[in-house]
Amino acid sequence: MVTTTHDDRHGTAGSADDLLAIRGLRTEFGTGDRTVRAVRGVDLSIARGEILGLVGESGSGKSVLASSILRLIRPPGRIAAGEIVFDGRDVLAMNTRTLSRWRGRDIGIVFQQPQGCLNPVRRIGWQVAEPLRLKKGLGRRAAWDEAVQLLRSVGIPSPESKARAYPHQVSGGQAQRVMIAIALALRPKLLIADEPTTALDVTIQAQILELLRDSCRTHGTSLLFVTHDLGVIAKLADRVAVMYAGNIVETGSVGGILESPRHPYTRGLMDAAPRLRSSEGERLRDIPGSIPNLARPIPGCPFAPRCGLRKELELDRCDREMPPFVQSAERHAVRCWGLPEMRTANRTNAAAPEREIVR
Amino acid sequence: MTTPPLLDVEGLHVRYPVSRDVFGRPTGHVSAVDGVDFTLENGETLGLVGESGCGKSTLGRAVVALEPAAEGTVRFRGYDFARLSDDELKQQRRFGQFIFQNPRTSFDPRRSVGASVRMALDIQRLFRPRERDEAVAEIFRKVGLGPEHRARYPHELSGGQLQRIGIARALVLQPQLIVCDEPVSALDVSVQAQILNLLKDLRGEFDLALLFVSHNLAVVEYIADRVAVMYYGRIVEITSRRRLFDNPLHPYTHALLESVPSMDLAHRDDPAPKLGDPPDPTHLPSGCRFRNRCPRAFDLCREADPETVEVEPGHAVACWAVRGVDRARARETSATITKTEETT
Repeated sequence: MVTTTHDDRHGTAGSADDLLAIRGLRTEFGTGDRTVRAVRGVDLSIARGEILGLVGESGSGKSVLASSILRLIRPPGRIAAGEIVFDGRDVLAMNTRTLSRWRGRDIGIVFQQPQGCLNPVRRIGWQVAEPLRLKKGLGRRAAWDEAVQLLRSVGIPSPESKARAYPHQVSGGQAQRVMIAIALALRPKLLIADEPTTALDVTIQAQILELLRDSCRTHGTSLLFVTHDLGVIAKLADRVAVMYAGNIVETGSVGGILESPRHPYTRGLMDAAPRLRSSEGERLRDIPGSIPNLARPIPGCPFAPRCGLRKELELDRCDREMPPFVQSAERHAVRCWGLPEMRTANRTNAAAPEREIVR
Repeated sequence: MTTPPLLDVEGLHVRYPVSRDVFGRPTGHVSAVDGVDFTLENGETLGLVGESGCGKSTLGRAVVALEPAAEGTVRFRGYDFARLSDDELKQQRRFGQFIFQNPRTSFDPRRSVGASVRMALDIQRLFRPRERDEAVAEIFRKVGLGPEHRARYPHELSGGQLQRIGIARALVLQPQLIVCDEPVSALDVSVQAQILNLLKDLRGEFDLALLFVSHNLAVVEYIADRVAVMYYGRIVEITSRRRLFDNPLHPYTHALLESVPSMDLAHRDDPAPKLGDPPDPTHLPSGCRFRNRCPRAFDLCREADPETVEVEPGHAVACWAVRGVDRARARETSATITKTEETT
């Protein structure tokens, strides 16, 4: 069953049909002057059956956001503010027992390094069977048989014998298939995958991406996957959220983001990535500078110091104020003072008690 | 008589022990580089692509004498590494430099980066001692860093800045060849583009040859003049960049190119090539090492190991199917094939 809901949604608000709704989420690490604000007020929603790609570079907070949803942030890290509602339930209010029941049953996770997540001294089959025994209450025999079936469904060749293998006896690609089997064992409503193919070779990556997409489509599972690779986004995502320095700066359908990106950072990312069989001799357009220090306050748009548009238009406001989301097309929201509609809006709203934007 | 190439690699094998007996003697090995030939001209960039474990980094290290050859020769600037004394080898090292993948782990954390770069000059005794600081300052300018960066320590710099210093350290010795081992793989896309552009500029300015090792085909297409595709110790295809990307011949090259996820949504639903799992490097299949994953494999591929031979001028491939050699013709025409067949 495939359920993809594409109602009029954008980055700032969700609908009642959302499986997951995040509002104003802030995740921080450390205390006092050294507090690193990794996630700086994120609103995000995922519909049932939707595949959402969260793209960003290192330090953008994308992995911290994913871990926050699972409440996997350990001290000195903490969720400082915000709301996470999963299927009508308040995740931040869950106690430890509810949490551990919820994880695995309703929500699964796949990490970047599959070999590091598997127990090296247990047979693969038992590791897949574990959630089936603990959370579904199956007996040893029944759980083992279902584990073998699961391994078959994720494309492990001769699953009966591979179930008896230990993690070091399988390749990285197969280990990631095992992780996916474990994550999907209890048919969760949402699967979170944090850079699931980054550690894999490109030929294996293509197969794992297909497996993730097909498994989620078949069971109507929502998928939130985190990546730095826009090619992976193009392959998998229905909708995309672009993160920079702890903020989502643009969100929209995969077509909207990849074919008409509007935020200068999204455009910069696309220009900076070398593409196969692109026009020859053309120089890559790099983004000068590097990400801001997340332990310091960022009053304006975090991308402003590197932004070509800010420089070109000489928009002082970018340094002072974080722009709000503007819905620019259906299901496409962007936060940038440099957008044409922002500039006119600012001029016409001059009467409003906001500082007027001057060129 | 034409001048010899800058780098000439012939029949190179590099082996690592994988098991040892009770006395510590190696009993088994894996051939990380398993019979490789290629040449590199002055000022040329050869891209070396392949997946993890294919031996591309080992090959990169072997051509600047960071790994000893088990068999075969590496001739650099006309000198055979195996025949050089330690002193002579040290002199030659100056001309063949190396840039590492992870700049965080390739600098002494307790030495300022300026001192690290200067150390290269001290070791090679290049320039008079009092001129060395000026040379360091000059090279910092070339890689886009200011004089204030010289006193910094590695932890104070970003990955991109550190990789610039990695380039500076190689470049300050005025080499003719730089082996770049995945120099941008640890960097974010936006910074990766800065470093690739910098390498391209400097290559022209200093007339450098680069051996550019990477798993990223798009990056290699951006920077290389010629490209070699490696698979488990062997170069299976080598040709100009144009030909490799416009007209790839080896089935493995095809699979690699088709596997790269494209940003173009028109290719969103293209099926992934069905390649199966990679083999155990200590027990490669008999005959062609790619045959158990190859869609074009036939009986000959099981029996005989295809050598990398030219199928058109400047385009060499190791594949029976591409060469159109069938079993009968292989038996008739090539004694070497019969030999491999007997041993396997």
